[in-house]
Amino acid sequence: MTPIFPKQADKYFRIGLSLFVLAILSGVSISAYMFSPNRAETGYSPVQPVEYSHKLHAGNLGMDCRYCHSTVEHSGFAAPPTTETCMNCHKMVKPDSPLLQPVRESYASGRPIPWVRVHSLPDYVYFNHAAHVNAGVSCVTCHGRVDQMVQVRQVEPLTMKWCVDCHRDPAPHIRPRELVTKLDWQPDGDPAEIGRRLMAENNIHPPENCSGCHR
Amino acid sequence: MNQTGKQYWRSLEQLSNTPQFSEWLHREFPESAAVLDSSSRRTMLKLMAASFGLAGLTACSRPVEKILPAAKGSEEYTPGKPVFYSTVMPLNGAATGLIVETHEGRPTKIEGNPEHSSSGGACSAFAQASILDLYDPDRARFVTHETRQSSWDEFFAFAKPHFDPTQMGAGEGLRFLSQTVNSPSLDAVREHVLRRYPKARWVEYEPVSRDEELAGSELAFGRRLQAHYRFDRADVVVSLDADFLGLDSPEVRYSRDFSRRRRVASEKDSMNRLYIAESQYSVTGAMADHRFRMRAAEVPDFAADLARELGVLPPALTVLNANSRGKRAAAVARDLKRSRERSIVIAGPRQPAEVHALAHLMNYALGNVGRTVVYTESPFVPQLTALKELAEEMAAGKISTLVILGGNPVYDAPADLEFGAAMKKVAVTIHLSVSQNETSALAKWHLPEAHYLEAWGDARALDGTASIQQPMIRPLYGGKTAAEVLAALTGYKDQRAYDIVRNYWMAKWPARDAESMWRRCLHDGVIPGTQYPLVEPKPGKAPELRPSEAPAGLELAFYPSASVWDGRFANNGWLQETPEPMTKLTWDNAALVSPATAREFGLATGDLINIEVQGRQVPMPVWIQPGHADGAISVALGYGRTRCGRVGDNVGHNAYRIRTTANFHFGSASIQKTGRKYRLASAQEHFAMEGRAPVREATLEEYRKEPHFAAEHKGEAFSIFGDFDYSKGYQWGMVIDLNACIGCNACTVACQAENNIPIVGKDQVARGREMHWIRLDRYYTGPEDDPQAVTQPMNCQQCERAPCESVCPVGATSHSPEGLNDMAYNRCVGTRYCANNCPFKVRRFNFLNYHKGLTETEKMAFNPDVTVRMRGVMEKCTYCVQRIEEKRIQAKLEGRRPIRDGEITPACAQTCPAEAIVFGNINDPNSRVAKLKKLNRNYTLLDELNLKPRTSYLAKLRNPNPELA
Repeated sequence: MTPIFPKQADKYFRIGLSLFVLAILSGVSISAYMFSPNRAETGYSPVQPVEYSHKLHAGNLGMDCRYCHSTVEHSGFAAPPTTETCMNCHKMVKPDSPLLQPVRESYASGRPIPWVRVHSLPDYVYFNHAAHVNAGVSCVTCHGRVDQMVQVRQVEPLTMKWCVDCHRDPAPHIRPRELVTKLDWQPDGDPAEIGRRLMAENNIHPPENCSGCHR
Repeated sequence: MNQTGKQYWRSLEQLSNTPQFSEWLHREFPESAAVLDSSSRRTMLKLMAASFGLAGLTACSRPVEKILPAAKGSEEYTPGKPVFYSTVMPLNGAATGLIVETHEGRPTKIEGNPEHSSSGGACSAFAQASILDLYDPDRARFVTHETRQSSWDEFFAFAKPHFDPTQMGAGEGLRFLSQTVNSPSLDAVREHVLRRYPKARWVEYEPVSRDEELAGSELAFGRRLQAHYRFDRADVVVSLDADFLGLDSPEVRYSRDFSRRRRVASEKDSMNRLYIAESQYSVTGAMADHRFRMRAAEVPDFAADLARELGVLPPALTVLNANSRGKRAAAVARDLKRSRERSIVIAGPRQPAEVHALAHLMNYALGNVGRTVVYTESPFVPQLTALKELAEEMAAGKISTLVILGGNPVYDAPADLEFGAAMKKVAVTIHLSVSQNETSALAKWHLPEAHYLEAWGDARALDGTASIQQPMIRPLYGGKTAAEVLAALTGYKDQRAYDIVRNYWMAKWPARDAESMWRRCLHDGVIPGTQYPLVEPKPGKAPELRPSEAPAGLELAFYPSASVWDGRFANNGWLQETPEPMTKLTWDNAALVSPATAREFGLATGDLINIEVQGRQVPMPVWIQPGHADGAISVALGYGRTRCGRVGDNVGHNAYRIRTTANFHFGSASIQKTGRKYRLASAQEHFAMEGRAPVREATLEEYRKEPHFAAEHKGEAFSIFGDFDYSKGYQWGMVIDLNACIGCNACTVACQAENNIPIVGKDQVARGREMHWIRLDRYYTGPEDDPQAVTQPMNCQQCERAPCESVCPVGATSHSPEGLNDMAYNRCVGTRYCANNCPFKVRRFNFLNYHKGLTETEKMAFNPDVTVRMRGVMEKCTYCVQRIEEKRIQAKLEGRRPIRDGEITPACAQTCPAEAIVFGNINDPNSRVAKLKKLNRNYTLLDELNLKPRTSYLAKLRNPNPELA
């Protein structure tokens, strides 16, 4: 009686099985790496409809963040500026620049400029800019050195772990409230020490329970 | 059993404890097996595999989101912050002053305006839900001409020459039909129109009528007066079939005033006493200390008995008073006499004019007039006779042009007027309404009307207080108001709704102050000095009253629906799904009969019967209502619409088809059984709390003897879980006063609007899957023929030792340091263990992605501060944590000040007309909630489980007359 399977069948099967397992494992780990928020989310830097440079405005010219993002201290939402805000200066400054064509069009027609959102949180997360800025969390903590970016890119993963890490130990990220928009500010001494002092002075207790962020 | 020895029951099935009932009760999610219709397990697995694959693909690229800042900014508006505007909602000749929350230019939530006399900061379920009507995708989107899409231009091209006086003449054949006009500026336009066409006539009609009230005041005083009751000053109230806490009061003021007299702080306090004589069990009946159930036709006899006892009518010649009705009347009359100048006799709008006249005269005799009852000139005119004349003229072919401004007479006019047939005899019919309805289908032209939240207007409350109706958003579908359409047709001096309203009011003020007055009125939501002046009426002779005759067959009475009113809210899913306060029926009306009548006719709940009135028939399912008068049927109007939209079409049965001018309020009817069954979806047995005593109740006398009757003996129980430290910071808690709660459902709808709660539909309600985060449990106690009823609002009790938290395998529900039982919806995987472990049955599971398929306009109604939950997620009340967090952040921004008491109000508490719900920080001994929790009526539910709920209740009290006990 001839065997149904050849002699090496067992060996092929074992090799095949281990290749299969290997393929699955590597697939899972590669995708876990590829799609991990740390990699997939950071570095996101979409092209904007207007070639606006934060480096020029906030860095070289030294404009305060709040000139344009004026709601950041009062509202949960740090709104991008209205076209009017841009035109306050650009009626005088470079009024004919071809780069500003979409801005002038928007100003004339009243149609908004379709900026592309860079920092996006899921809908079930209720992040509030005003609460953070007024507690002394600087723009730079979440958005990085925007004053050095020509085209804004996401530098932090904005994951829940990343948020909660800071909520559990906020001291190194708290600075005097009037310095939150000074992106290049470096404390004299231990930032955590200054943070702890400010937290005690201003009674800062970031929430660690669910409804602090999820409602 | 509870301490006062009463047994509470929710339904007749529970009272008789049928096996079906216990099975229903013992399954946490009844009928949860058959969920996915018609798809097998195998197909489901295939679909799941496919969706996993697709999910993997979509994750490869990040979706591009756009931010669109306004090109031009506005001073008043900060992106991300809501803006609040005052406005007013007209309903049935009354008006409720409102404050509307808008987000990024879209209205999302309605609250009562605290400055407005009719609302006092609260509002009804109707006002709460009206925001959904604004976003109704079935609204009329364009002008329709003979079922063809047309435009405003085409309409005016036809209508302007047609309405030109050279064509129209003096308007012999011109008639206008509208709902009750209580808008001063529309009234001015109407005057202009009627001057232009002196022979034209304007008829007003509402199916929920005030005609008898009006006629009653004419009988009593010889002039048309409007009575205003001051329930906050009355010790004894006698209601003659008046559901003044519920459907017979389109404004919420009476609820607030009445419940102020039921807020008992200690056993030394007094409270008012309410008697009611009625047929259907109303919410006012549930509040009553004595409820005399009788057919509506017997109420005049009771009124006459009472009037004789009070000397308003001459004493009876025969010894009528020997019967039990007479004895009751005598006892009530003695009680009234003891409370001279501090009592009220009020007659309901269904009762004939004579009963109203008697009530007025009794108030006069008791010295109540000018104290608890005040009068103003009535702005209303009799409607039914005018409508009858109009229908006759139309049928006779005398009318050539009929302009119907709002309303739906083809559906809701009395059946014997045959309004639809009469309309076909009119050459030009123009109908203006928010959405196309039964009347639009027969009109030559249909014009889209602007919703009250998107148009300028004004409205007067019943006491005369006028408010500007301020739009929140531009008309979504190019609608116009009635005033605008009339102004365009007749060349009124102003054309835009804004100018019509503004110029009308500006002309009333001195030119120097007019602009600032206008701004002030817009801001406050009230125009000062517009209340009607009080008048002092002179009473006339008492009317003749004949004793009622026993009706041939059964008595049939019509009531507005607690859900859809007269039918105008039929396409509103929130209201359709709100359980009727007493029957707990959703998505249906029914023929309510008493248990004895059901036995007599061999009827069971769910039997389909034919109700016949003068040769007109309508099928109607039976619902056996404990406490209903024997020999009588009650039906709710407003159901059985055939042309209102995808929500309300063919829901329930149309009672207007058997409502005629002769039995407009009640009359006799006969019934035939059809032998068929009809499925009714009632929420009354859902989430029952078997045999425990959730409601604690005593009479005032018992309470005085035993002030701590509500408290249970509490042994020190320990918990195997470590306790949180609740001694510091804010600790949120709630107190619900069962003695003040009137069971009106406003909290349920307010919660639905605030928390983006989905509508599930009749089939899902029948399976026990309604999603309301706060429900109103209604318990009966006493014999099934004549029980008392108690309502109890039930939301998440926020247990300090929450049993739901310890069983969640993924930590989706956990405790906050401020004592809230938090839900992280995005973490929930839907095991439903938490709901299974919740003894209060307040957790709701989203079985079927109920928000699926919403149109873009409906999505505009969502509150952006609350997550819109998906299928497979458990959800529940969080004390409106979004409002807590908003105020906390605001307090931080304002120099890290403490949050003030009363600053945070959950949606249910804010809208409660009875002010029965109080929320606050229990760690602050001066907060209202902490003070209430110290009262001896305070108790928490299910003490024996050692859950320490943060919500506590104040026990219910009744104040019966010892003579009648």
